[in-house]
Amino acid sequence: MSTAPILEVHGLSKHYPVRKGILFSREVGQVRAVDGVDFSIGEGETLGLVGESGCGKTTTSRLVLGLETPTAGDVLLEGRSWQGLSGRDKQDYHAKVQAVFQDPWSSLNPRMHVGDIVAESLRISKWGTPAEIDDRVAALLVEVGLRPEHARQYPHEFSGGQRQRIALASALAIGPKLIVLDEPVSALDVSIRAQMMNLLKDVQEQDNVAYLLVAHDLATVRHMSEWTAVMYLGQIVEYAPTESLFEHVRHPYTKALFSAVLPDHPDRQEEGIVLSGEVPSPLDPPGGCRFHTRCPFAMDICSQVAPPLTESQSGHLAACHLE
Amino acid sequence: MRRLPLISFAIIGTMIFVAVFAPWLTPHSPIDQSLPDKLLPPFWEEGGSTEYLLGTDIFGRDLLTRLFYGARVSLIVTGLALTVGGGVGLVLGILSGYVGGKLDAFLMRVVDAAFAFPTILFALLLAVTMGQGMDTLVIALSLFLWAGFARVIRGEVLAIKQRDFVALARVHGSSPARIMFVHIMPNVLNTFMVLLTLNVGVIIVAEASLSFLGAGVPPPTPSWGLMVAEGRGKITSAWWLSLIPGIAITLVVLSFNLFGDWLRDRLDPKLRQL
Repeated sequence: MSTAPILEVHGLSKHYPVRKGILFSREVGQVRAVDGVDFSIGEGETLGLVGESGCGKTTTSRLVLGLETPTAGDVLLEGRSWQGLSGRDKQDYHAKVQAVFQDPWSSLNPRMHVGDIVAESLRISKWGTPAEIDDRVAALLVEVGLRPEHARQYPHEFSGGQRQRIALASALAIGPKLIVLDEPVSALDVSIRAQMMNLLKDVQEQDNVAYLLVAHDLATVRHMSEWTAVMYLGQIVEYAPTESLFEHVRHPYTKALFSAVLPDHPDRQEEGIVLSGEVPSPLDPPGGCRFHTRCPFAMDICSQVAPPLTESQSGHLAACHLE
Repeated sequence: MRRLPLISFAIIGTMIFVAVFAPWLTPHSPIDQSLPDKLLPPFWEEGGSTEYLLGTDIFGRDLLTRLFYGARVSLIVTGLALTVGGGVGLVLGILSGYVGGKLDAFLMRVVDAAFAFPTILFALLLAVTMGQGMDTLVIALSLFLWAGFARVIRGEVLAIKQRDFVALARVHGSSPARIMFVHIMPNVLNTFMVLLTLNVGVIIVAEASLSFLGAGVPPPTPSWGLMVAEGRGKITSAWWLSLIPGIAITLVVLSFNLFGDWLRDRLDPKLRQL
């Protein structure tokens, strides 16, 4: 990786205990939502995290944000772990990591003026005088393509795209190093997705902020990110520079994801892998390679030994026995 | 957008006005007896006089005057009980819903206990131990009110805290107190306001019931509930004694309910037209 990492994630796991019984409940198992994930994001870079529903990508993002406590592993921001931080240090951490969530109808407090929503993190960290905060809010609204006078309106007066811009302005306010984007465009109309993605890229260039982009849409990830990690059942199965990944897919699961994307033109039907069956339950993940139950190329070894992530060329990692 | 409920406004306004200015509005005393004038009917009935517009009771006291002074008792008791009971219920409901866990389990069991407790018996007990009076009434009603507020508000908070803006507030570094009282509380104020206005009716009726049973304000202080109680024995011969205070209670309770509906719409920014 060329630049120094802003965020490093080591062996990150989140297991939720499953209990049975009312009075004397006992643990009957664990949902392994995230199970030993490693990645890092450099300054001003974007890492795309893709995978189907339930693969643990949103849990991963919540762990990075500190909204959940990891069962194991560590999240390092600029080389420092956020675990055990309190008071002033914790506030500093929060000032460096912000988020934009998927649903703009749920992520803005309906009872607060837009200006107050954007100013929230500034007020918490006692950033400046009220007049300075007002100026900053006006500048942020302009930066995301809104007008300063929008600060006095309520969220319900805006469209989904505008609301997502407000959410972005609110995330940018304090000058974070990293913004977690959890499906930032998937709730938007197709016609304004491109606008939002371009805005995100412009903001990144201007403010040198890194993104952790959680998405299920490969086109979004390809457009936005330098690096892509593919998750399946709580683990990363392929992790590569985006270009390398799109040129040369190594893992059969990633191939299947690509096959699920509609071709650019109806005549250009490509041979692909169509997966059958359901995603196995994370409560009792299959032994060996977790994908072997659905993999068309599964061999004997796949059900016994979990393949490690191996590097082919230029940092392209994949976890598969095939190669 | 619902229109301003003018009639409700007028009734509530009138009630507050007569309660505040009662001594200046009437030449009679609400307490002093005048036995020669007892049981006079309202002025439009045969035998009524314009001196006692709504007639007199068995002690010859002017009914209209007692109605004015009774409004004072109702308003003071309602205001205090709602402030204390509603306020405590709001804060505990938010705490219970947001903090969750053991605190939630404990508080909700206390709420169950409060619901299981017979309010009227408790008020009678208080009246016996502390003596009759408005303070006893306010304490008894507050202890009854807070539990209902706490439970409803807690339910609202449980739904609200799942929304993304609460998670974002944590990402922004808000303290739990800030999340509860800056982010969540404004979102439950709607419900709170509606609960307040709906409970005005409940309290006026409860105050009347307790006064009726002798656990409320002691006679001769006029209270609407007490007036209904005093007149019930003469309902066939002097109907105005019970019926007129009864109508006053009905109109005021109905007005507060309509007012509550209007307020709920008014407070929701989504329904407010700009």
